[in-house]
Amino acid sequence: MTVLSVHDLDAWIGSHQILHGVGFDVGDGVTAVLGRNGVGKTTTLRALLGLVRRKGEVRLAGDRIDELPTHAVVTRGIGYVPENREVFGSLTVAENLTLAARTPNPDLDVVHQLFPELRERAKQAAGTLSGGQQQMVALARALINDNTLLLIDEPTKGLAPRIVSEVTAALRVAATRTPILLVEQDLAVVESLADDVVVIADGRVAHRGPAKDFLADRAAVLSLLGVGTREVATS
Amino acid sequence: MSVVVLLLITGLGLGALYFLAASGLSLIYGLMRVLNFAHGAFLTLGGYLGYKVASAFGPDSRTWPVFLLSLVVGAAGGAAFAALVELVLIRRLYEREIEQVLVTVGIGLAAVALVVGIWGADARPYPAPAWMSQVTGVLGAQVPNSRFVCILAAVLVFVLLNLLLGKTRYGLIIRAGVENRAMVAALGIDVRKSFTAVFVLGGALAGLGGVLAGLYNASLSPGGGDSLLIFAFIVVVIGGLGSIRGAAIAAVVVALLQQFANYYATSGVGDLMVVLALAVVLLVRPAGLFGRSVRIA
Repeated sequence: MTVLSVHDLDAWIGSHQILHGVGFDVGDGVTAVLGRNGVGKTTTLRALLGLVRRKGEVRLAGDRIDELPTHAVVTRGIGYVPENREVFGSLTVAENLTLAARTPNPDLDVVHQLFPELRERAKQAAGTLSGGQQQMVALARALINDNTLLLIDEPTKGLAPRIVSEVTAALRVAATRTPILLVEQDLAVVESLADDVVVIADGRVAHRGPAKDFLADRAAVLSLLGVGTREVATS
Repeated sequence: MSVVVLLLITGLGLGALYFLAASGLSLIYGLMRVLNFAHGAFLTLGGYLGYKVASAFGPDSRTWPVFLLSLVVGAAGGAAFAALVELVLIRRLYEREIEQVLVTVGIGLAAVALVVGIWGADARPYPAPAWMSQVTGVLGAQVPNSRFVCILAAVLVFVLLNLLLGKTRYGLIIRAGVENRAMVAALGIDVRKSFTAVFVLGGALAGLGGVLAGLYNASLSPGGGDSLLIFAFIVVVIGGLGSIRGAAIAAVVVALLQQFANYYATSGVGDLMVVLALAVVLLVRPAGLFGRSVRIA
């Protein structure tokens, strides 16, 4: 089932156009957005949310959301985990979660099952947590609500291998409940999670299709991502 | 010893006024990134509205109920004026810093002209209960009672602001918004709704400060708000943008520095010392004593 459909999406940062007519659909499971550095992956997520100036048609569960302000897009049922986590450092873990909860009775059980550490650190200022723990808070803020779609931007960036495994496992569980549009550079994580891929090059969609097929195509991976398939298997 | 005590308590009273002006200013800039040069106008108009109401009672103007009423009217007047400014002008100018500065400076100038037009350019004696102009002995120092009232009001405001920011969802939104406004919106929260409320809160505190400044100085003058505003900006920068605790501590430090330097050196040296303190803080800790680096977009 198509949860999100994007047609002819342009986006700008300041006066610089980053996306040019981007279009793709997101269905159940995990759809990974891939591409080299600076091609517009993060901007794609931010454009969907209205965090950058954008033009084009974006439908969430059939409803247009491209003219809504960011807060209204999110309340339609989108959870967002930004690149670099962006937890509120001066707020405690519990306060970060309280702020993110859009209903009086948020799903804390799921969050604590996936990240039991957060229960113990509820009263700790989020700014004093390690990078991995901050990522757990960032993910928990999105998972605490009953969303239609999750937008998750490089959740494993800069994390230790053990934490990468933990985050990957959490995303696998989350994807059984809510479709995910995932920006990820670590192709091993993509290989283990993604059902479909959207590959962006120079602000345009260069490829879309099943993840397995794309990752098996050595030439396409090398040409569009600049890495070989051996690196895919070991990265 | 008595001189030190007098300077200390008088300094705390002055610091209380700085805090009342700076706390709203700090929240407004911290959350909205609006450098509000009209804040002095909120102080002035709040003070004069309180004065107007108190004066209307004639011989009864120096009673406690009338004084309390003037505090409420001053705060309400500051809040109403702030709401008007935000809804009519500032709302259209978010993300346009230069225009914000021009408009708020213009409002400040216009407000002073308005006050001069209505009440004249001369300072007006502020009607207050007789007890305010009496003194209380503290360790040999004869301290004007009005200082204690200013300090008490600022402590109450400090406690209430901390309760608001620490114990309510609205406070949580303000604290988070000061840190990263875009991320608050990305959690599904309409931050702009908070903007008007913060602006109104800042206006109310400024209006209250305007009445208390009349009490502290025993008179009101059209330029009084702008004089306080300069030091309030310094307090905000030293304390850290968006930090109420920082504003409170910086207000006390700035006021005491001024009082002691003016007394032990010569009048005017206090202001110089404050500017030097500002320069040192900016060089050593640019985000201020309790400020955090903020993410604007």
